[in-house]
Amino acid sequence: MIPASFTYHRASSVDEALALAADLGEDAKFLAGGHSLLPMMKLRFAVPTDLIDVGRITELSYVRDEGTYVAIGALTRHHDVHTSPVLASQVPLLAHAAGQVGDPQIRHRGTIGGSVAHADAASDLPAVLLALDATFVIRGAGGARPVPAGEFFKSIFETALEPGELLTEVQVPKPAVPSAWSFQKFTKRAIDWAIVGVAVQAGSGDAAQVALINMGLTPLRASATEAALDSGASVADAAALAAEGTSPGSDLHASASFREHLARVLVRRAVEEARSRS
Amino acid sequence: MSKVSLTVNGKEVTAEVEDRTLLVHFLRDVADLTATNIGCETTSCGACTVLLDGESVKSCTVLALQADGRQVTTLEGLAGPDGSMSPVQKAFHENHGLQCGYCTPGFVMAITSLLAENPQPTEAEVRAGLEGNICRCTGYHNIVKAALAAASEAAQ
Repeated sequence: MIPASFTYHRASSVDEALALAADLGEDAKFLAGGHSLLPMMKLRFAVPTDLIDVGRITELSYVRDEGTYVAIGALTRHHDVHTSPVLASQVPLLAHAAGQVGDPQIRHRGTIGGSVAHADAASDLPAVLLALDATFVIRGAGGARPVPAGEFFKSIFETALEPGELLTEVQVPKPAVPSAWSFQKFTKRAIDWAIVGVAVQAGSGDAAQVALINMGLTPLRASATEAALDSGASVADAAALAAEGTSPGSDLHASASFREHLARVLVRRAVEEARSRS
Repeated sequence: MSKVSLTVNGKEVTAEVEDRTLLVHFLRDVADLTATNIGCETTSCGACTVLLDGESVKSCTVLALQADGRQVTTLEGLAGPDGSMSPVQKAFHENHGLQCGYCTPGFVMAITSLLAENPQPTEAEVRAGLEGNICRCTGYHNIVKAALAAASEAAQ
């Protein structure tokens, strides 16, 4: 399987990438690690006329401690997020989850920004970053603008990115109790996407941030569960509300009602685990 | 069409190819190195695993142009100049780490990369590290044994 024909362009800086995107128009796509885009191009789900390879913009590969938050360059690979000492101590939920994406070969190529911009509701990192209240920095012709994760994901493969804009940085606020996290992913085989997944970041009190993978067209916060936990409900009672407001699909892996069941069970396990680590 | 120039197993290979050419096709059809097998072509099976700048990647999901100017190692590049097998190859041989052999080049490259990152893995780390490679014959036991044997050989 090979992609349809396209013209390849390589950008060596963000400015060059933005200039190329402005020139080439809406049918051009940015290419980072290519581990979401190239498979879709092989299946002809995506047929861009031009690819702008941003994979060599080394200035966008970094993990930096910025005091109240950790800044991660959009082209930082999953492998580098997973092995980052800064993230291991400050945001261990993200460091752990990045090590659960795909397999080692995929983690050597795939990038955090690519995964976020691709916006597959079945992907791990968009939901993890939603749970962590991350902010995405977007660069375009008019400069940089920050977009909170809660406003970024619009629908399946649709985001707040406008044509010609490039995601350049992910900013993750440091959790008050970094160790109080849990990541639960239910799959049939190790490398599969989650049938349902749950990311939880708790704190020292009752409140917890809970996000769901593959329970709708976008990653979702389990708002009803969060509200119940915040008002002191038991974990079991709060977890029973985990599927409220979700709209999971049915496919050959699971029916919608089984996904709802999984969400309730995994949220209970995740909140219990996160609290046990606080 | 674009010019692609890779260093494959220490030798420069340059060719004019279609922009959509995948690294695995460049290696097999242009560089004439056919140890790297094409399995699923969907980033799932790992048969096409090679090293890109020393790290395992699935060459069916990398454009040849993305590898332009970089170092690629295929199975053909592991043996010494005198034909002596690499520690991982030797361990596969001694532990009967294969049956039909189709997945073997990918496994050998994945384990070579795994041991470079983690020279003394536990069995669980080996199994997790091989999540990206599928073998339909062996049940994986002898492959895992081979990986652990190569690690313990290197430690001596």
